[in-house]
Amino acid sequence: MNNQQKDHILNFLEKGIRFDGRKLDEYRKIKIEKGFSENAEGSSKVSIGNTEVLAGVKMSVMEPYPDTPDEGTMMINVELLPLSSPNFEPGPPGIQAIELARVVDRGIRESKTIDTKKLCIKKGEKVWSIIVDVCPINDDGNLFDASALAVVAALQDTKMPSYNGKVVDYKKKTKDALPLNLKKIPTSCTVSKIGNHFIVDPVSEEEEKVEARLTVEIEEDGTLCALQKGGDNPLTAEDIDKMVGIGIEKSKELKKLL
Amino acid sequence: MSYTKRNDGRKFDETRPIEAKAGIIKRADGSAYFKMGKTVAYAAVYGPREIHPKFLQNPKNGKLRCFYNMMPFSSMGDRVRPGANRRAKEIAMVTEKALLPVVDLTEFPNSVVDVFIELPQTDAGTRCAGICAASMALADAGISMNGMVAAVSIGRVDDKLVVDLDYSEESYEDGTVADIPIAVVSRTGEISLLQMDGELSRDDLKKALEMAKKSCSKIDKIQKDALKKKYEVKNE
Repeated sequence: MNNQQKDHILNFLEKGIRFDGRKLDEYRKIKIEKGFSENAEGSSKVSIGNTEVLAGVKMSVMEPYPDTPDEGTMMINVELLPLSSPNFEPGPPGIQAIELARVVDRGIRESKTIDTKKLCIKKGEKVWSIIVDVCPINDDGNLFDASALAVVAALQDTKMPSYNGKVVDYKKKTKDALPLNLKKIPTSCTVSKIGNHFIVDPVSEEEEKVEARLTVEIEEDGTLCALQKGGDNPLTAEDIDKMVGIGIEKSKELKKLL
Repeated sequence: MSYTKRNDGRKFDETRPIEAKAGIIKRADGSAYFKMGKTVAYAAVYGPREIHPKFLQNPKNGKLRCFYNMMPFSSMGDRVRPGANRRAKEIAMVTEKALLPVVDLTEFPNSVVDVFIELPQTDAGTRCAGICAASMALADAGISMNGMVAAVSIGRVDDKLVVDLDYSEESYEDGTVADIPIAVVSRTGEISLLQMDGELSRDDLKKALEMAKKSCSKIDKIQKDALKKKYEVKNE
């Protein structure tokens, strides 16, 4: 990005407005559609403005990890498809995709949204494994919050496949939803710093200029369940307090959409 | 026993319902969505853009590069492990060859046009849906082309030739099945993709090609209508 564009964006922020006309703490229009896929056990399509991501849940039966013999497992994976942005290349996940997946993963894991004990079939032998894959279709900024919403929506949409003790029958979905603790469901709000300004939901042009960002994952009662600072520049303690404040405010809005 | 009625009640020469849209991925230079029954394909085109590594540059011709990928949650059954496997690489290669006859490579020397095909949901016929979407995405990107490509798979289920196999037919168990994906250059009727697995007589192949041409001309119309729709001027 050249300096002119940077000045352009900054000039607007000085006036308390974004160059696309939004307020500094205003999200673009968010749309959540559940169950777009007939093949996945659960799925969702989330768009924030032009940003669009798909998430799908696949379940299987596996042996539990030795340290948690009576708990099911959960993994979140992000594929930054080269289809969705000129900046992504084919190949194994790069550090950007890994960070994104791990931050979303932390939000779900630490909030204990999924009651993993209820995913145990036989202690020490068989448990359910949940894998949520996130695939952006169009990256126009703020993949963090879009992916977090998509994962939660896909988990809410999931119906367990039937299992007869030997094989999983994917064609026969049961009526059972996942054991989710609805009170704990996290929402993710990423606050970005450009100059002395704090904004949410940057579009890709703004995202290239972000000096520092803080992703705040928040449970319904305002408890923080995951944090991730990104960007090249440091933040002061006051900055962080402000950003968390914005995150808590915005998460109330996001929560209503789920 | 012979296959007298299709599992989903279609006529033997009938494709599944098709839905096509152009220009759905905003950051891509061109893009398309192509849905055939339950099989869904997205295609995005980026370029012409610089090619890396540089030794691939060709001062006479540009390069068309295709990628094919099934999303991890796309299939009924187990999760598809991410990353290009041998199957995906082969399909990407034949997709490239299917599209090459209509793309004018001399228009973008030293550069590459990348075509990314992604499948969020699959129910057989994915390479054909991918090619249909890719052809539309190339046109949407304004790449210099002398026509479009449409593709459909023809199948022999037991003793019947059928258009556009779905998964239940591909895995038909009361008899043998042959699966023949075919791509047709719409302007000339030439065949730019032909593969087959299963057993087939010479006569049946002839018939299959005829059926493919007929279906592809219908698909061609759907593709072009979708492209026109994107550029339609709305009177309000």
